[in-house]
Amino acid sequence: MPKDPANIGKPEVAIKDSWCKGCGICVALCPKKVLVMNAQGKAVVACPEKCVGCKMCAEHCPDYAITVEVE
Amino acid sequence: MLADIEEFYRLDRLPHIWCPGCGNGIVLACLVKAIKELKYDQDKTVVVSGIGCSSRASAYLDFNTLHTTHGRALAFATGIKLAKPELNIFVITGDGDSSAIGGNHLIHAARRNIDLNVVIFNNNIYGMTGGQYSPLTPKVQKATTAPYGTIERPFDLAKLVEAAGATYVARSTAYHTRLTTELIINGAKNKGFSVTEVISQCPVSYGRRNRFNTPAAMLEWQREMAVPVIKARSMAPEELEGKIITGELYRGHAPEYVSEYTKLTQRLKEEAEGV
Ligand SMILES: Cc1ncc(C[n+]2csc(CCOP(=O)(O)OP(=O)(O)O)c2C)c(N)n1
Ligand code: SF4
Ligand code: SF4
Ligand code: SF4
Repeated sequence: MPKDPANIGKPEVAIKDSWCKGCGICVALCPKKVLVMNAQGKAVVACPEKCVGCKMCAEHCPDYAITVEVE
Repeated sequence: MLADIEEFYRLDRLPHIWCPGCGNGIVLACLVKAIKELKYDQDKTVVVSGIGCSSRASAYLDFNTLHTTHGRALAFATGIKLAKPELNIFVITGDGDSSAIGGNHLIHAARRNIDLNVVIFNNNIYGMTGGQYSPLTPKVQKATTAPYGTIERPFDLAKLVEAAGATYVARSTAYHTRLTTELIINGAKNKGFSVTEVISQCPVSYGRRNRFNTPAAMLEWQREMAVPVIKARSMAPEELEGKIITGELYRGHAPEYVSEYTKLTQRLKEEAEGV
């Protein structure tokens, strides 16, 4: 998917839903409250615009479900 | 995250079988990043593990891997290193695997100062078999075999291996991912027996029983309890009670076992040839 020009240069966090085991670590450790748990008990990106690209979530996801791209 | 290191995983085996929030996946990624940064040839790198949830890690990695028997990873690793000294060998072992059933292998590998890089996944419990206490379960903490809290004093594994002869000893936690990677790299560069103990979390067999309501609470506990070794040196023993001292704890110098063995075989060969 091509990037919205407004988001160029911004970090982009993505979660591979099928690999998420719903442990909640990423949601708890994200300093900017970017991520939330959904009704199915999986982590989802709720406020992508707040992401600062620190990778706390990806570094601590035990299931390698998170990618953070920082340009 | 995986994209940076996926070449080192057997992707067809993922997702792994570990429980939600288990620290094993986090610590394993730190080890893989260390191997990547060391630029070791994948075909010249061996990962040997024992038995336990943590020891299952070797099955997910695309190196030469050996998933051995409980407590015996170091015995297998010793054999490989002696036969093929040019290989880079990492040993993955749990706290039970390394300090209980495998305790004797650990102290003798340290005594020999054989060039192996051990990463101890210390989740303070026997995770795989349902939460029996290990020699590293902190006193008063609960386990299936200690429903009222254990009355035993745990080992300080770092001090134990230092006293036994290891020449590189370090400690980190699953929370401190970058430190963990850095310490494993430094351990691998040490030509001798290197041990990095990583405090990890088992939310299922340990956390739930010990009032950690979530896996994240266990990581936050690791963050709060960690004291860098430089700071710890100026703290009183009472202040350090229950703390996790992190960083490079010890570095020593001693002859390395395989080098000594090679020298011996060389000498005997020369004597036999009459030179
Ligand atoms: C000879 C032998 N004794 C006992 C067992 C049962 N057993 C399997 S794993 C394990 C303990 C694992 O604990 P630890 O090394 O701390 O690893 P974790 O599962 O916590 O990662 C035990 C006792 C076994 N597999 N083999
Ligand atoms: S840390 Fe990983 S497995 Fe846990 S909730 Fe977040 S994405 Fe899911
Ligand atoms: S990269 Fe940092 S800010 Fe962005 S979602 Fe992950 S933890 Fe939150
Ligand atoms: S039992 Fe504990 S150590 Fe084993 S996979 Fe589950 S959380 Fe991890």
